[in-house]
Amino acid sequence: MTQPPKERVAGTEWVISRVLRIGVATSLLFVAAGTLLSFLQGGGYGTQPSEVARLIGPGGSFPRTAGWLLGGIVRLDGQAVIVTGLILLIATPVVRVAVSIVSFARERDRPYVLITTVVLGLLLLSLVLGKAG
Amino acid sequence: MTPLGFTLVVLGISYVAGLLGSLVGVGGGIIVVPALTLLMGVSIKKAIAASIVSVIATSSGAATTYVSERITNMRLGMVLEVATVTGALTGAYLAAFVPGQGLFMIFALVLTYTAWSMLRPRGRSIEPVADAMADRLRLHGSFFDRSLGRDVSYRVFRTRLGLAVSYLAGIASGLLGIGGGVFKVPVMNLAMGIPIKACTATSNFMIGVTAATSAAVYFMRGEVLPFVAAPVAVGVLFGARTGARLLGGMRNSSIRMIFVSVLAVSALKMFMEGFK
Repeated sequence: MTQPPKERVAGTEWVISRVLRIGVATSLLFVAAGTLLSFLQGGGYGTQPSEVARLIGPGGSFPRTAGWLLGGIVRLDGQAVIVTGLILLIATPVVRVAVSIVSFARERDRPYVLITTVVLGLLLLSLVLGKAG
Repeated sequence: MTPLGFTLVVLGISYVAGLLGSLVGVGGGIIVVPALTLLMGVSIKKAIAASIVSVIATSSGAATTYVSERITNMRLGMVLEVATVTGALTGAYLAAFVPGQGLFMIFALVLTYTAWSMLRPRGRSIEPVADAMADRLRLHGSFFDRSLGRDVSYRVFRTRLGLAVSYLAGIASGLLGIGGGVFKVPVMNLAMGIPIKACTATSNFMIGVTAATSAAVYFMRGEVLPFVAAPVAVGVLFGARTGARLLGGMRNSSIRMIFVSVLAVSALKMFMEGFK
């Protein structure tokens, strides 16, 4: 089946805008739900003014570990749910780039497969560098 | 202030930042970072980390509309992304070595530049030149302009200059937690020959990936605090949405003046913070 090139590009645009929309909506849902949970839970945000200093202070750094995150999600810990939402948000553009590599590959557009692969590589490198820095 | 009070105030500030930002065509980060540091007592690095996460949300949220309306030049966006992402990595990496005072000073300079660029009259386009790189990469584009009611086609020039400026915009983004469109858009419009609507849409499209790069670095360093980042992300996104909807009926010059005043006051306060 042969499609005219313009149609294929339109398909890519549709998929990309879908990926972005779903990514943002899902992550915001997690962030909002996590915030609500953090206020309701005993070990969460608390109600005293002194808690703010703890929450924005140098001690409150995230993520602690992957283990903390997984355990937190299982226990429905508010802040772990927010962190999950934030990870989804950061991942959304990464998925968008990955989708465009696939669609350029399908169009056999070599230079653009290369360009988007470089972008994806740099994005993944940022995760490694962050850990090291 | 209780944690609930803090969350609600930050949510409100971020909403207003996103709203005003989208009305004048910049991201919310340029207001969120000064507000979090000067008003809420958040350290500058944590404020930048929270802001960069909100930049992803606004960019991705707005990109869905532009991309499906095909105003975004996706090929150009992907080419320039190589430069913005490299810049963002550089910026986020540098942020670990620049002390807090230094960040205040650099941020104040960028605020001043942004305020100035909004006040000055729009510059004049530079003569088109042949650009073999743009031809080879097929960067030239066209889109349907609803306000003109017809298709607009354009050719792209000076791709190398665009790459250089995009790299610098990426550094600013990674270092300061802003989108960086304020640096890219004028060059894309005046030097590269791209119509302003396509510039804004394409810049916005790139900003999500740029911000994701530096956000990942901040996140892995543990600078992204859920308590701060959550209300900022939600507030800025919904503010920007409201702004996009209001855009038609507002008087542009008065909003611009309000915005420039906010930027000027923030710049001054941040300079003072940097000298402390």
